Formats: sequence, C-alpha cells, structure tokens
Amino acid sequence: AAGAAGGAYWVDSQQKRYVPVKGDHVIGIVTAKAGDVFKLDVGGSEQASLSYLAFEGATKRNRPNVQVGDLIYGQFLVANKDMEPEMVCIDSSGRSSGMGIIGQDGFLFKVSLGLIRKLLAPKCEIIQELSQLYPFELVLGMNGRIWVKAKTVQQTLIIVNILEACEYMTAEQRKQALAKLSGN
Amino acid sequence: MAGEVKTKLSKNLLRMKFMQRGLDSQTKKLLEEEEKKIISEEHWYLDLPDLKEKESFIIEERSFMPCEDLLYGRMSFKGFNPEIEKLMIQMNSKCKEEEIEVDDKMEADVSDEEMARRYETLVGTIGKKFLRKRDQRVLQDEDEDGNSNTRPSKKAKKKFLKPQD
Repeated sequence: AAGAAGGAYWVDSQQKRYVPVKGDHVIGIVTAKAGDVFKLDVGGSEQASLSYLAFEGATKRNRPNVQVGDLIYGQFLVANKDMEPEMVCIDSSGRSSGMGIIGQDGFLFKVSLGLIRKLLAPKCEIIQELSQLYPFELVLGMNGRIWVKAKTVQQTLIIVNILEACEYMTAEQRKQALAKLSGN
Repeated sequence: MAGEVKTKLSKNLLRMKFMQRGLDSQTKKLLEEEEKKIISEEHWYLDLPDLKEKESFIIEERSFMPCEDLLYGRMSFKGFNPEIEKLMIQMNSKCKEEEIEVDDKMEADVSDEEMARRYETLVGTIGKKFLRKRDQRVLQDEDEDGNSNTRPSKKAKKKFLKPQD
C-alpha cells in the first residue's frame, strides 16, 4: 500500500508475534525488579528493561511505586535485533504524556497486531460505535495487548468480547451485536 | 613585490588535523581516499577499478505509526477518565491540525454581521491610539467637520412626534 504523504511504502501483513520497534507504545507486564531496573514482558522474544528513573518526576529518592505484576504503558527507546529492548515512560521533553503505570482493575487481553492497527486508524468505526455504549477507558498497545476498564465487570467483559470478535465479524454483524446491547 | 608572492603551505602542513577541521565531509573523504591510494611496495592490493559509494535515497522505517497515521493508544470515552480525554485531544490534534481548522469554522458564537459591526468600531478606536500626533490632529479636524454635518440630521431625528387625536 502506498502512503499518502512522503511516498512511504509498506507491506501490510497479519501477525500475532510482536517485534519491538523503537518509538512504539506498548503495554508491558512487570516480571522482575532487579535493583534499579524493572524487567517487562512485552510479548517479544526478549524481556524489555525499564529504568526506575524513566518516569515523570522520578529521582533517586522519589522512586515510582511499581510492583511485580503491574501494567506499564511506555515506549521503546532502544529496539534492535542486537540489543535488549529498553523502554521508557517519558517522552523527549521529559513529560509522561499518558505513559506510566496503568491503574487498578480493568482487563488485559491479547489480539492480533493487524486488529490493533485497524483500531488505531484515524476514523475507526469500531471505536466510534463502542464509545456510544457506555463510559470506559481503553489502552491499546502496539504489541497486541489491549486493556479495558469500565464501571462494572459486566460492561468491561462485553467490551472485551466485542473487541476480540471484531477480528472476524463483518461490519453488519458488529452493528447487529451492538444494537442488541444498546437495546438492553 | 610584496603583494605578488603568496606563501604556499606545504602538503604535510595541510594534512595536519587542525587544518582539516574547516573542510567539509566530502573533501575529507576525497583526501582519505587519496591517502589510501598512496601504496608502498610492501602493500598487496587488488588491481581493480575503484567503487564509489552511491547515496541511497531509501530510508528504512520499522514502525507502522507514520505509515498509517495511527492515533494515540490511550483513550477514554464518555468522561470515564477526564485527564486522558484531554490528552486525546492534545495528542491527536498534533497530527490533525488541518481537520480542526475546518471544524472551527462551523461553530460561531457571534454571527458574522455582528462581528463585522463590532470590528468596524474597534479598529477605528484602537487604531487611533497608535497614530502619531500629527495624524491624530488631522483625524480630530475630520471628525469635527463630520459631526457638524451630521448634527442637524440627528436633531431632525430626535424631534418628538405628537400623537394625533
């Protein structure tokens, strides 16, 4: 497919396995705390490292409250096939801009990478239709992981099921399913 | 006599590090290649023509973000997380400044006519502030002439009309 501006060409393919890429925003799960560095599982071949100083307003005395099993939304600082991937929760100007520890509750699940790209497209119908249902919060990681949080467990699970099924549903089937839900 | 003779710098002097800082990268590359060509008898070399590096116009990009103009990954709907909703507007507006400009034209609190009326009076009054003193006096004279013309017509308008029995 050819790009709109700048003459960019890319190959669009379906894959489930994520390969860390510099600049990508992903959801990582903290697996270990090794001194000053956290080890995160990002779904790639290797675990990524995250320094405790890579958070907004973090100093040696003011450490972020990160426990094993926490979810982190961050971006890759270093990601190539020769080195261990490194993540940060801070952008180039030192602000967090939405990155960092993802809060309590919510539900994390995995989808294929192609669906994430579809959901993140500028005018995604799926997201627009879901946003009409109920208030909820959504975090999409480029590594195929989605985190959803709504007011009740039932609402959260409904959103999760729709997003998972979106991979194989046509637009009409999806609209039918949503119509049934909004009718309830 | 003094002006004609120019001091020539020796080759060794030119090859020194401090003389080479001012040169750009291309001339440096040429000089390096020339140095490599100076081969002594002991060095073994391949008797092949030189290959020059071609400038590649292809940039490799491994991320999908710039290709498809993807949105920011954190989203919140119907006011679930107000901070994230603010972030959404901020991050997505960086990518789509053109679209937002089009949308602004649609909503207007004040109608165009009112805006034009207000603007007319505003420009005059604030414009006078920045005029030089000479121009201000000229304006004053013009105003007085203009007022004297309009006064009789204003007086005519202000006459009270008696209700007819």
